[in-house]
Amino acid sequence: MDNRTPILEVKHLCKHFYQGKSVMKAVDDVSFHVYKGETFGLVGESGCGKTTTGRTIIRLYGATSGEVWFNGNRIDGKLNKEETKAVTSKMQMIFQDPVASLNPRMTVEEIISEGAKINKIFATEEELKANVHKMLELVGLTAEHATRYPHEFSGGQRQRICIARALITKPDLVIADEPISALDVSIQAQVLNLMNKLRKELGLTILFIAHDLSVVKYFSERIAVMNRGRIVEMASSDLLYDNPVHPYTKSLLSAIPIPNPLLEKKRERFDYDPSIHQYDEQNQPKMIEIEPGHLVSMSDREYAAYLGAKK
Amino acid sequence: MERILEVKDLHIHFNAFAGAVKAIRGVSFHLNKGETLAIVGESGSGKSVTTKAVTRILPDNAVIDNGEITYKGMDLLAMTEKEFNNIRGNEIGLIFQDPLSALDPVMKIGKQITETLILKQKMPKKEAEARALELMKAVGIPNAEQRFHEYPFQFSGGMRQRIVIAIALASNPQLLICDEPTTALDVTIQSQILELIKKIQKERNLSVIFITHDLGVVANMADRVDVMYAGKIVEEGTVEDIFYDPKHPYTWSLLASMPNLDTKGGDELMVIPGTPPNMLYPPKGDAFAPRNHYAMKIDFDREPPMFKVSDTHYAATWLLHPDAPKVEMPAHLKHRIELQLKEAEKYNG
Ligand SMILES: Nc1ncnc2c1ncn2[C@@H]1O[C@H](COP(=O)(O)OP(=O)(O)O)[C@@H](O)[C@H]1O
Ligand SMILES: Nc1ncnc2c1ncn2[C@@H]1O[C@H](COP(=O)(O)OP(=O)(O)O)[C@@H](O)[C@H]1O
Ligand code: SF4
Ligand SMILES: [Mg+2]
Ligand SMILES: [Mg+2]
Repeated sequence: MDNRTPILEVKHLCKHFYQGKSVMKAVDDVSFHVYKGETFGLVGESGCGKTTTGRTIIRLYGATSGEVWFNGNRIDGKLNKEETKAVTSKMQMIFQDPVASLNPRMTVEEIISEGAKINKIFATEEELKANVHKMLELVGLTAEHATRYPHEFSGGQRQRICIARALITKPDLVIADEPISALDVSIQAQVLNLMNKLRKELGLTILFIAHDLSVVKYFSERIAVMNRGRIVEMASSDLLYDNPVHPYTKSLLSAIPIPNPLLEKKRERFDYDPSIHQYDEQNQPKMIEIEPGHLVSMSDREYAAYLGAKK
Repeated sequence: MERILEVKDLHIHFNAFAGAVKAIRGVSFHLNKGETLAIVGESGSGKSVTTKAVTRILPDNAVIDNGEITYKGMDLLAMTEKEFNNIRGNEIGLIFQDPLSALDPVMKIGKQITETLILKQKMPKKEAEARALELMKAVGIPNAEQRFHEYPFQFSGGMRQRIVIAIALASNPQLLICDEPTTALDVTIQSQILELIKKIQKERNLSVIFITHDLGVVANMADRVDVMYAGKIVEEGTVEDIFYDPKHPYTWSLLASMPNLDTKGGDELMVIPGTPPNMLYPPKGDAFAPRNHYAMKIDFDREPPMFKVSDTHYAATWLLHPDAPKVEMPAHLKHRIELQLKEAEKYNG
């Protein structure tokens, strides 16, 4: 195992939504941890529970069960004022839709300073203002942008504003929920480069949520693949790409079109059929470490078959 | 090769509150029978407007200032609405990004396909129903008999797109126009829909225009590619020309700007600085010049014509002018292409 300190530990987290008699198990027994300074990718198709996972970690939703540990403290459940502040200022989220997540009636300065104000991060107004300007420059905007309103900015610039707002409280962990999905292709690369730069310069820890595995692979050291509320495979990005084991991961990898026509036109596709597992009471899946740092959701029977096939 | 469609020097503007939006500024391309032409470009570059012009479904505030659209030798723009309706209904199938907008939310799925057949193919009801069921099976709807009687909201996004494809096929089209048909779908569903479109195309020898901003999808689908930027086609070629021997700096940036599964973590991505131009005030000269590392003085004054690279390959950049300084594609793109060719060779054995 790794002997780095985890900054975030998620243990058997469940978030179920109840609608009348039906239950939506959006997050169902999810466990993972994120080390200080790393970028951890959470990838899966829409509806698999990525956003719910992020929102439950940052306490926008109450957990149904399970535990969330942040900087060594348990943060799910009731917290006192002091503890709440430690979470709200040290953990920040960047959302997919930079248009919907900015209040149109607030200036850029008001938007960026709001979180710092609530958490009383800076002693004086001047210090706050100076930091807003510093953040704007950090994300590639200028101090002159401070007095403007969100509608005066393009999608890519708005996402920069969201990033500035998230960074002003000097967070230890940033949860980025599909931060580039809503942006144009050429703008996506600009925002990715910015996040890369910030990660290096500020030593940020990032939980990077996305549905695009090529972007996640580029950006993350370790990746968890999610399907129907559960993590099915977790490994370093190279291991996951070179040696995918779970049939869902294989199917996801094979489905991503590669911009290389002579290769792409010949590639083989795998469909994932969940019924092949034939899980039953005696034969339930659990996370099994098949090689150092590579965990796959498998039943004992599947693991035996995997070992057999390897020989 | 038989040309089924030809568009020549198309200019379109929109009358908008703020002024005239010059959306299409001299677009020419053609489509050969049985091939797939991909049109690729960022949002706002004019892909949808171009296809709306071909199918004559432009909104009322659109004005065609100039251009010719010829379909199987017929001048589409000169036709009366009635003459054109016949072609639109029977020869051209349309598939859009959002399948919901193409479906009637309060009509059962089976009935929607059946109605199309009765209306467009003048089929008797019984025959139309049987054919509708056949089409549902052909596009891969499981339990088609049962789902025939369900409403659109009971279908997932991927299944709805299959229904839209079934409706498009109901009129036995020869030309299929797909405008970002998989952009709203997840990758595993996308790959199924792409397979379906390819299968249908082969079976029926359809000619396809496929619009997308995803280069992976282009690589998968296209025989030829048109790259659009700011209302113009800036490069055209076979899919191999565009991916392995690109000539236009905009194509270079598109190819180099997104990480692929081989990009090493933390590598700086090549970015196109700035944003696409505001089409209310298209810039003088080459619209890409302000964002182009390689722009020369002439680029800010005069628009480059299409230069011929080979019989299949054209690009609108002054860099191809015989007197221009020799500028090669960026080294890391060149390296990336070499790796890709090697990998393809390895895979294809
Ligand atoms: N507030 C909610 N109430 C009920 N169901 C929800 C709610 N939020 C999400 N869901 C459901 O939970 C599942 C997971 O959603 P989400 O976490 O948004 O997935 P992702 O971000 O991976 O696309 C989906 O089926 C979604 O419809
Ligand atoms: N109804 C309209 N009124 C005004 N401008 C429009 C209208 N439809 C499209 N445009 C403009 O035309 C340009 C091209 O749009 P479009 O063809 O939809 O782009 P895309 O390449 O994303 O499909 C854009 O600048 C867009 O704003
Ligand atoms: S014509 Fe000039 S500005 Fe346009 S792409 Fe070529 S070099 Fe760049
Ligand atoms: Mg989400
Ligand atoms: Mg469009």
